[in-house]
Amino acid sequence: MTFLQIAFYVFSAILVVSAGMVVTIRNPVKSALFLVLAFFSASCVWITLQAEFLAIVLVLVYVGAVMVLFLFVVMMLDIDLAKLRAGFTRYLPIGSVIAILLVGEIALVMLGSFNGAEYANPASHAADYSNSKALGLQIYTDYVYAFEIAALILLVAIIAAIALTMRRRPNTKYNNPTEQVKVNRDDRLRIVKMKPETPADTPADTVIRGKES
Amino acid sequence: MHDFYLSMTGWLPEFLQTTIWIMLKIVLIMAPLMVCVAYFTFAERKLIGYMQTRIGPNRVGPKGWLQPIADALKLLMKEIIIPTKSNKYLFLIAPILSLAPALAAWAVMPFTSDLVLANIDASLLYVLALTSMGVYGVIVAGWASNSKYAFLGAMRSAAQIVAYEIAMGFALVGVLMAAGSLNLREIVLHQSGGLWEWYWLPLFPLFIVYFISGVAETNRAPFDVAEGESEIVAGFHVEYSGMAFAVFFLAEYANMILIAALTVLMFLGGWLPPIEAAPFTWLPGVFWFFAKTCVVAFFFLWFRATFPRYRYDQIMRLGWKVLIPVTLVWIVIIGLGKFYTPFGSFFS
Repeated sequence: MTFLQIAFYVFSAILVVSAGMVVTIRNPVKSALFLVLAFFSASCVWITLQAEFLAIVLVLVYVGAVMVLFLFVVMMLDIDLAKLRAGFTRYLPIGSVIAILLVGEIALVMLGSFNGAEYANPASHAADYSNSKALGLQIYTDYVYAFEIAALILLVAIIAAIALTMRRRPNTKYNNPTEQVKVNRDDRLRIVKMKPETPADTPADTVIRGKES
Repeated sequence: MHDFYLSMTGWLPEFLQTTIWIMLKIVLIMAPLMVCVAYFTFAERKLIGYMQTRIGPNRVGPKGWLQPIADALKLLMKEIIIPTKSNKYLFLIAPILSLAPALAAWAVMPFTSDLVLANIDASLLYVLALTSMGVYGVIVAGWASNSKYAFLGAMRSAAQIVAYEIAMGFALVGVLMAAGSLNLREIVLHQSGGLWEWYWLPLFPLFIVYFISGVAETNRAPFDVAEGESEIVAGFHVEYSGMAFAVFFLAEYANMILIAALTVLMFLGGWLPPIEAAPFTWLPGVFWFFAKTCVVAFFFLWFRATFPRYRYDQIMRLGWKVLIPVTLVWIVIIGLGKFYTPFGSFFS
């Protein structure tokens, strides 16, 4: 067995186990963390397939950004573990039916057309082959319209999400940074010129009375 | 050297041979890095001491030079207290999650044009992906501690890191547009020709944005609200003690050195000497790389001694409304300048 094969089996094993844990573990935070592990091991498997750009982008986008926000939300939930356990048997029949269907469909596809001869090992590329350059050239020449339209749809989705969730609350207190920056000394500070007060300036009896009271 | 190694270990199975060889190379990078981290903490205490007209640690060893070793020993001896209601496994995994990406990023770091462990094609993206994973250590620590202060610290840190990562990513987009490559080694080679060819000049706004975001990403002053002592005690690591705390500490300093090294590679010409003439080219590239990294790392310490902590809403405003627009504008300027003006060579 070569080093690459061992690496592949190790990463795939971690991927399968962690993907299983995502759906079976009770605690949503742990489930999200197992999803992170699943993404990460999937990315490792992709690297062994020489798809380094996709692998790194998977980590960058899903692990580095999407899952952080997911965790952010899930962690703030008030988790009641007893409640989470409650519905398990009720959903078991429908869940298992869906699972069997899914496995059956994948098996049909795999058994029918998937075999080693058709999908032989990809030819290994030369040392100076740049995966990201090849992908970039494809996206910005052959698929440029599809790519730009996808980008536009995402932009619309972002704006829609902001428009849906943003609401002006009149009672919220907030600072106006431009006003804060524009402030100069005279707006905030008043310097009072006065003579120093020493006991010599004030009548002697008042000082003594002050001390007594 | 590799041939010698292969002939020595020919009796081993192939995968073991490869594994041990890779491990040896990892140790070769990690050991000096850990020494650097240890003495970086010492440098911080000494420098901030002098900036505040104190002497700093000077008791352990000659002039205090054994202080970091004494600190490490002390932390090793201390008990790791695990809070009763904490999530035990996640509590212990969190420090590792925070240190591992900071160390793994060094795999693609080119120390000179030949000295690089893994010269992969998309090394810039690799570094960006790994630094974005460091946040998990903080989040998991905050959640697993089952403590309000730790959780608040983790939330602050998560929002802050996600915000500044975007500015950081855009700054790197500018770098890769100028260099036309995602490979760190190529990026440095594109900057050859002396001080004025380094990218700090044509990409000056991005240089500033990158460094500020780097300080924010590492949760350092003035962006250290994740551990803001005055409000949330020590933030995400409030429940940690002993070696578990030390690993967080190591991660913070390793991250700082990493950001400093990346700034040097992308904006300050990496291992290239400032003037490509006789007395400067005599020194080896590793020296220049190390010297520049030290200078940039010094800024982290200088910032800490100089600036008061930001207010949280100001941090968010700076990230989203100042740094990101600056990078977006400058990316457009690079693109137009490189291809549609006679100054194209200035931007590349």
